[in-house]
Amino acid sequence: MKSNKTTELMVGMFIAAGAAALFVLAMRVSNLSSFSAGDTYHLTARFENIGGLKVRSAVTVGGVNVGRVTKIDYDSERFQAVVTLDVENRYNRFPEDTAAAIYTAGLLGEQYVALEPGGSEEVLKDGSQIELTQSALVLEKLVSKFLFEKAAEGEKK
Amino acid sequence: MLEWIRQLGRSGISQFETLGRANLFLLKTLVGLPGLLRRPGLLVAQLWSVGVLSLLIIVVSGLFVGMVLGLQGYNTLVDFGAEESLGVAVALSIVRELGPVVTALLFAGRAGSALAAEIGLMKATEQLSGMEMMAVDPIHRVIAPRFLAGFISMPLLAAIFSAVGVYGGYFVGVGLLGVDDGAYWSQMQDKVDLFDDILNGVIKSLVFGWVVTWIAVFEGYDAVPTSEGVSRATTRTVVYAALAVLGLDFVLTALMFGD
Repeated sequence: MKSNKTTELMVGMFIAAGAAALFVLAMRVSNLSSFSAGDTYHLTARFENIGGLKVRSAVTVGGVNVGRVTKIDYDSERFQAVVTLDVENRYNRFPEDTAAAIYTAGLLGEQYVALEPGGSEEVLKDGSQIELTQSALVLEKLVSKFLFEKAAEGEKK
Repeated sequence: MLEWIRQLGRSGISQFETLGRANLFLLKTLVGLPGLLRRPGLLVAQLWSVGVLSLLIIVVSGLFVGMVLGLQGYNTLVDFGAEESLGVAVALSIVRELGPVVTALLFAGRAGSALAAEIGLMKATEQLSGMEMMAVDPIHRVIAPRFLAGFISMPLLAAIFSAVGVYGGYFVGVGLLGVDDGAYWSQMQDKVDLFDDILNGVIKSLVFGWVVTWIAVFEGYDAVPTSEGVSRATTRTVVYAALAVLGLDFVLTALMFGD
């Protein structure tokens, strides 16, 4: 056994290294760093179909991440999905006629909500609803539509 | 025939007795833990021999496990044009599984066997009885600091293993094979959850640390006090600890990720 001071020093360094490794795992590897620290405000949007959108999916404008989906509900009177978006406060100047669409990142990627700013003078406030929405693309619907059109073309000839 | 059944019964009873002794032993050890507050020096000395001396093997294995995962993952993913997901594959497999499990196996081999042999030899050379003669409880003085040191060291070692492994995968994937630097980290941060993945990995390593150290100190304390008994205790420590870790890993994984 080494002298007592060296032992204590090395044990201290060992514990510090372990704590540092945990810190690296938390900050560098996990999604902790992508939690927005700043304040947020809520927007809602109604979609006919949200596809594979999940809580915590990204909200982007022009490809820039500005917030997250925090709640997904179903309105059984209007038969629509109600999606609550949490947008960071520093992005609070979206025009009232901003449109929301659900897109897919890559062919098999995650789905996210993309906002497209309009030209109105009024801006969206906390709790406002986005009126212009475009549902998620469902691959099966697309394929069946394509096949149906092909079949219709065939009948005409 | 009757003799055979009697033998079966005898071995069953002795197994249960060992299990009972192990649990009573654990209870006594836990009772002895608060006494360590008055003598932190004992704990520090054990943290040195159990934790610090295991550091080298953990860091080197972590680095190589990460590098191999980077290489294998890249070769598989590149077929699908998804090599950008390498960071996710490496991080999830290390943080969830390989980090805690491989660390626990190495820990059983490196520190567990040493603990069992040391305590077994103390018993064989009647040092433990000597302590009792001097009215020093060997469980408080010898076992408790070793148990606590193992329980503290194991999660720290597993965390170091995981962090080093992720950087090993980064070194091979980004440094040698040309995966995009930003994609490696951003895909990882996107998919690895702090609570679901990292915290569960830490819980696993805590459970493994508890079990491996418990088996090691118990086998040492319960060893037959001969040179053969000590060698058996050491072997049993590694075998039982490895089996316990792998079995518990399945149970924990089913509980954590099984829904």
